Order: sequence, then C-alpha cells, then structure tokens
Amino acid sequence: MTFNELLPLLVLCSSLLPGLAIFILPERQHRLRTGLNLFGAVAKIVLVSMLLVGVQAGESYGFRHAVAPGLELVFKADALGLLFITLSTVLWLFTTLYAIGYLEDAPHRSRFFGFFSLCVTATIGIAMAGNLFTFFVFYELLTLATFPLVAHRGTPDAKQGATVYLAYTLAGGAALLTGIVWLESLTHHTGFTHGGFVAGLLPGNESTLVAIFVLLIAGVGVKAAIVPLHGWLPKAMVAPAPVSALLHAVAVVKAGAFGVVRIVYEVFGIDTAQALGLLTPLAAIAAFTIIWGSVFALFQDKLKKRLAYSTISQVSYIVLGTALFGPIGTIGGLVHLVHQGVMKSTLFFAAGNYAETLGIHKVSEMNGVGRRMPATTIAFSLAALGMMGAPLTAGAISKAWLGDGASAAGMGWAVWVLTASSLLNAAYFLPILWRAWFRPPPSSWPEEHIARRGLLETHGLLLAPPLLTAALALVFGLLPEDVASPLTWARMIAEREYGLVTP
Amino acid sequence: MIEHLTHLALPLLILLPLTSAALAFALGPGRGASLVIASSALQLLLALLLAATIGSAGPSHHAAGGWGAPLGIDLVADGLAAAMLLLTQGVALALFVFARGYFHQDSQDADHWAPAGRYFWPLASFLVAGMNALYLSEDIFNLYVTLELVGLAAVGLVASGGGATQTAAALRYLFAAILGSGAYLLGVALLYGSYGSVSIAALTPAIAASAPAVTTVALVAALLMVTGLLIKSALFPFHFWLPPAHGGSPAPVSALLSALVVKASIYLVLRLWLGPLQPLLAPFAWLPAILGASAILWGSWQAIRAERLKLLVAYSTVAQLGYLFIALPLAAASTTGVAPVAIVTLQAVAHGLAKAAMFAAAGIILHATGRDRVSDVAGIAERLPLTLFTFALAGVSLMGLPPSGGFLAKWLLIDLALAQGQWWLVAVIIAGGLLAAVYIFRVLRQAFLNLPEAEIEAEHQKARVVPRSAEWAAFALAASSILLGIFGGVPLLQLVGGSV
Repeated sequence: MTFNELLPLLVLCSSLLPGLAIFILPERQHRLRTGLNLFGAVAKIVLVSMLLVGVQAGESYGFRHAVAPGLELVFKADALGLLFITLSTVLWLFTTLYAIGYLEDAPHRSRFFGFFSLCVTATIGIAMAGNLFTFFVFYELLTLATFPLVAHRGTPDAKQGATVYLAYTLAGGAALLTGIVWLESLTHHTGFTHGGFVAGLLPGNESTLVAIFVLLIAGVGVKAAIVPLHGWLPKAMVAPAPVSALLHAVAVVKAGAFGVVRIVYEVFGIDTAQALGLLTPLAAIAAFTIIWGSVFALFQDKLKKRLAYSTISQVSYIVLGTALFGPIGTIGGLVHLVHQGVMKSTLFFAAGNYAETLGIHKVSEMNGVGRRMPATTIAFSLAALGMMGAPLTAGAISKAWLGDGASAAGMGWAVWVLTASSLLNAAYFLPILWRAWFRPPPSSWPEEHIARRGLLETHGLLLAPPLLTAALALVFGLLPEDVASPLTWARMIAEREYGLVTP
Repeated sequence: MIEHLTHLALPLLILLPLTSAALAFALGPGRGASLVIASSALQLLLALLLAATIGSAGPSHHAAGGWGAPLGIDLVADGLAAAMLLLTQGVALALFVFARGYFHQDSQDADHWAPAGRYFWPLASFLVAGMNALYLSEDIFNLYVTLELVGLAAVGLVASGGGATQTAAALRYLFAAILGSGAYLLGVALLYGSYGSVSIAALTPAIAASAPAVTTVALVAALLMVTGLLIKSALFPFHFWLPPAHGGSPAPVSALLSALVVKASIYLVLRLWLGPLQPLLAPFAWLPAILGASAILWGSWQAIRAERLKLLVAYSTVAQLGYLFIALPLAAASTTGVAPVAIVTLQAVAHGLAKAAMFAAAGIILHATGRDRVSDVAGIAERLPLTLFTFALAGVSLMGLPPSGGFLAKWLLIDLALAQGQWWLVAVIIAGGLLAAVYIFRVLRQAFLNLPEAEIEAEHQKARVVPRSAEWAAFALAASSILLGIFGGVPLLQLVGGSV
C-alpha cells in the first residue's frame, strides 16, 4: 500500500478507532475518553492538512476494496470531497470540545462519544466516496450512527423524535438504493466522473434517467431537508445541543446537500442534467424550500426550533447554487456549504449555552441576555448577521455569488428569492438581537445552572467553541480572497473539476 | 500431511460431533459442555481447511469404508456444501460458548443444571452431526436419513424445556417434520422406481435425458420431494410450526433452529431444484418466488405486531427465509454476473450469523428482565449495553443496511432482479427491508427509554447476572454478520460461485 493509498484510510481510522475504543471504556474513565477524543480530532486535522497540501499540488489520493466481484468500495480525496472533509474535521474538533463541556457529569458519555465519532467517520466516508455504492454505504451508516444520539436523552419525546428521524431517513435510503442499483444496471458502474457518466445512455433513456434522478435526489433530499422531505428536522431538535450542531452543520444535512452536488455534477453532469430539463425544477424546489423555511422560522418562539427552520432554508442555498447552470452559481453553492456550517454551528453552540447556563429555551426569554453573557451573544450576533447576509460577513459572499450566478444563468427570479429570504432572515434574527442587547434583563433567569466566575460567563469549554467558530466566520467574510479561504478553494474546484472558467 | 487431513475432514466432520454427543451424554452437562465446545472448535478448523482446499482444488470426495458408489456411501463436498459446513461449525461454536454461560447461570452449583441445559449438549451435538452429514451426502436416500436425524434432534431440543407450551410446540414441530420427511421419502421412492438410482450424480443426466417426455410419476415425485422440504423449511404458508417452536424454546435452542436447522432443508431445495429436478420443475419456478415474497411481507407484518420479544425474532425468521426463495426463478436463467446460488448462500450465511446473535441477545435480555414483552425492554440500553449493541448489529444485517452481509446479499439480489427486469421482486426486497426496520427499531427505541430511578433499583434487585462470556459470544456472532459484508463477500462468493 503506497502512502497515497494509506493517507485516506488513516483519515477514516482517526475517528473510527478512537470511537470503537471509547465504546468499551468504562463510564468513569473520563480523562482517557477525553484524551482519545481529542487525539482523534487533532490527528484528523493533521492528516487532512497533509491531504490539502497534496491535493493543491495536484497529487491524487485514494484506495479501493472489493466487497464482491465487480462491486468495490472506492475512496478518493479530491478537491470537492476535501472541502467537505475539512469543514467536518475542523467542526468536529470544536463540537467535541463543546460536547465535553456540555455533557460534564451526564450519564452514558461512552455511548455518546462512541456514536459521535462514528458519525464523523460516516461523514468522512461520504465525502471521500468515489462511487455511488460507497456513498450509499456511508450515507446509511450515518443514519444508524445518529439514531442513538437523537434518542440519547431517553425521554418519550426523544423516542418520538428519533422515530420520526428514522422513518424519514430510512425511506430516503430506500429510494436512494433503488435509484443507485437501477442506474448501475444500466451503466455497470457508479464511479463519480467529472462531467457525469450517464450521457452515453442518451438518446433513448430520457424517462428512465429522469426517474433515476428523482429517486436519487429524493434519497439525499431527505437529509438535506428539502421541502416536503424536511419533517424530521424540527422533531430531531430534542437531541442535546452538540448533536444539533452535528446534525445541522457538520454531518447530516451537509451530507444530503453534498450528495446533491455529487449527483448533479459527477453522476449526471451539469450539461446532461440541463439537457434533460432537470435543473430548473430542482432550482424551483430549492427556492421554495428557502422561502418556506424562512417563513416558518418567523413563527417559532423556541430558539432551537427557529434555528432548525433556518437550517432548512439555508441548506437549500447550496442546492440552489448547484442547480444554477453555470460556474458562478456552483461557486456560490460550494462556498455556502462551508459558510453555513461554520455560522450554524456557532448559533447552536450559543443556543446551547443559553439553555445550559441560564435555562433559556425561548426567544421571549432572551431579554437582556447580552449583558449577562456578552461573549456568547457577540458570537451569536456575528453568526446571525452572517446568515442575513449583512455586508462584510461570510453570508454576504455566498449570497453575492449565488445572485450573480442566477443572473448569469438567466434565472432572474432566483435573485428575488434570495432577496426575499434575506429580508425574512432579518425579520427572524433582528428581533432576537434587539431583545438580547437592548431590552432590560429580567430580575431572575428561568433556571441559572452555572454562575458567573469573573470574566467567565459560563463553563470555559462551552464558551470557547462558539467564539472560535464565530471568529472563523468573521475571517471568511473579511478575507475572502485569501489562499486558505473556502472561496478560493471553491473556485479551484470549479476550475479544476468542471473545467469552468471563473471570472 | 495437510492433504491427508483434508481427505479425512469429510468423515471427521460427522464422526467428531457424533462421538462428542455420545460422550456428553455419558459425562453429564459440566464436562460434556467443555467437550462439545472443544470438538466444535476442531470442527471449525476442519471446515476452514476443507473450504480452503475446495477453493483452490475443487470438490472433495470420500468413499466411506473404502466402498465407492453405487455399493457404498460417498461423501462429497463442493463449494456450496463447504460454505454451509463453515456456517454450521462457526455458529454452533459461538452458540455453544453462549449456551454454557446461559444454562449454567440458571443454577447455583455446577452439578445442578436445569433439564433444558442437561439435555442440550448431547442433543445439540447430535444435531450438528446430522446437519454435517446432510451437507456431505450425495444421494437422495441418504439425504432422507440425515433429514430425519436433524428433525428428531431438533424436536428433542424444543421439548427439552419440559413446560406444557414447549411440549405442545414440540409436538406441532414433530408433526410438521414427519409430514415433510414423509412426503420427501415418497418422492424418493417414486424417483427410484422411475430411474433406478438415488445418486444425484446418476439422476441428473437421466432426468435431463428424459426431459422432453416427462412422466407423470417423475413429476409427482419431484413435487412431493420439494413440498416436503418446503414444509420443513417453514416457507409461507407452511410456517405455522415455526413461531411457537423457535419462539418458545430456550435461547440457545431457538438460535440453533433459526440460524442453522431451517437452512439445511432450504439447502436441499436449492441443490435439488437447481440440480437433478431442474428439468421437471422449471415450469414451477415462480411458485417459490411468490411464496417467498408473501413470506417476507407476512412474516414482517407479524413481527411488527408481535408482543413478545422472542416471537418477534421468530417471525423475523419466517420473513427472512423468504429472501432465500425469491432468487429461485432468477437462478434458473443464465446470468453473467455473480452466480445466483452464491448470492442465496451469502444471504443464508448472513441471516444465520445475525439471527443466532439476535436470539442469543433476546435470551440475555429476557434473563435479565425476567419478562418477555417488547415493552419490557425499556432501560436495557443502560443495563446491558453490549447485548443491546449485539441486537442492533444483528438488526442492521437483517434490515439489509450497510455495511453488513445482509446488505451485500440484498444489493446483489436487487441487481439480479433488475438485470432480468423483475421489478416486483425489487419492490418486495425494498419493502421487506423497511418492514424489518420497523420491527427492529420497535425494540431499539424502547430500549433507549429511561426508567424512573425507583424502577431501576427494583430491576437491579431482581436482576440475574448473565456471564460476560455469553454476552461476548453473542456479540462475536453479530460482529461477524457485519464483517461478512466487508471482508467475507469475495471469498464466499468465489467459493460457492465456482462450484455450482
């Protein structure tokens, strides 16, 4: 096995092996468990950095393993996959830190962190999948690994939320499986190829290909929470805050959105998809989801629910960018994959801090919270402004590229959708910021668990992750042209993988 | 040396368990258990050796007592038989380790075993001897004899619990088994009358040669044999005896029956249907497929409705056996990809491992809680995490989710069905997976529920301890059903695909 084959395997193992080890650790081995978690997360960052440097220099990484004659698990670390891998790896470290603080002294931590590591392993597998078969294997593994996390609290509510989550995702998986095997029976392989690999079936199989496209997109659309397949997401909010961050920013919805990107670009190919007339309906569904999620977010008083509907809306930006015919929209969608992840995890960390520190679960309880918890609220505000697309934020960059992409593709209506969504975002985020900063605090908080200690408004491990992710979002917004920025990487993907020329 | 040992592997695979069955009876359960476990470990090595030899050098023969056919009895093993032998020895070994812990903790001191535990060792070892003989037999009359050996040992195991419901279940099972083997024997007699031989090797060309003008007698004979075997295989609608027998027995017995015993008669259906009886039965190929599809839907539905945990697992067996039959019409048509028989074998092995693990896990859960309703598993995630993990991993394979052996088999089955344009089979397979998810997650989500503090205390008070060895043996089975999907597919499919 050469080094270029070994490296992707090591990236997978850096979360898989610590995860398996954590499962068999006794509950009281707190230090060893934390050590294993952090060792895995840091090792993964180092390994992924090596991949990033290599891929930028034009190296290719990957390995394959046959599970049956003619059926292979194929892993490759290409530029597109690495965008997602890097996002998940960095956010995994922050989310792990946060979870260690959040679950201090809570029961079942071995189980929690074991499945947490499995989730990240599945996500990395999805990102590195070199064919649809491998993608499906890890996509379903992700479903299985998240179930115990959603059910973690063990309350009847958690049971209900986990059941709904499974019903949606397993049905989606069945659709995906049907689509993949159907496609394989026509093409005899499912390897992701630049520009797609179904063009050879045309002309003659138009309706079959449309049906397969619908099955595949419905399959990944469940995790991407595209309306009307989004019903699980608000219900899954019963999970602990680190899990919400994992579901919304690091793993689950991102896996769905990433699947849409792979299917449109590397299974069908953007030209074939356009020729089959599939992109406009996809863009229309994405636009509808953007508006739908934003409108529902307006009416939620529970903070986490409002954020959940906001996720539904924001993830479809990625889908919209993918469905826009042209390089500019592609870049907008890809860059938003990263931007949304960083901003949304900040918001969930902050929401978790309010709940853990002061017992605040509702928007209506947030009056004056900025004075009690200034650092958390600054992080929350930065991320919320980014979501609205305020100038100089990461969100503004995503929206600018998406808007330009829509105009360039001759889909002027999409620009109106983006504008309307920005206004709606402002309508549901600005009142929160107003309450937090400008309304007087109540005489007592709903349930104060953690008292202020000097400058520390809450537990240190709860405070650091949102500040770090907020800082990242700020940097992405202020320095978009930097070598290490997601935008630069997204442009490289568009140039290199799709042969598109970017302005 | 190795070559010589391989030559001896065939008779040893029958003689070893037979001898240890007799000795276990004489020695009693304590030392008997150790002996049976040691013997199965040796058998597993022999089966591995046999599979390796067949994989590289082709089928293996042994003429018992030096007398070859047609005078003597020939023992023959090809890739398919080797795979089934391997499954049998592997599952039996793990289940015996599990059973020692499971039965032992029933009683306080080593000399006091419950009746089920006392009779388990000789009967189970005898059962394994019968199954090994079945996989190694080459003529349809010997197959009848081995079928009866397996059936009687299995009925004995079901009855060994001694309760009224278990005796009733055993009687019902006995009735079905005798009906099945009777029909089969009648068919064998009629075939012998028509073709003058019971050797599969001799019958295959003879029947093929007479195929254009099939006599009614030969046709009736073939149908009788297959129907008898289908009754013994519990294919819907002949499944009536299975849920009480499998759901009511002690856990190690249920696991042996569900994972291994039903596979023996299904193996015979495959072997005969795709072998000598092919020309006679070709027009009926759709019948088992339709029955198999009905079994998947009906069995899953009953599992979803079952209130008792072990009954749920037993109905899951009814459903899962359906998958083994729906490939029959697909197997008849020639295909270019993976051999259909190999896919069915993969499914059988995956189900064998997963179902043994699941019954074992269910047994541990019942022992710990002392109650057997699905609603009673609440709080198990806290008390028996390893066992719940075992149950879940086995469930992953049964649902056909990756990366398990069940998934790989299902993927290949769908591929096969699509290649022949059989969309309704694709729909059944997909629906079966979703229904399986419903009944398995019914258990899992209940297990994650927290119990109120007071109840936890009460549960711990009356909890009976299950030995760690039993928990880990069950886990090993479940883990193998998962690893089969990643590392076992290629060798297994090549072993079986190359030989049939």
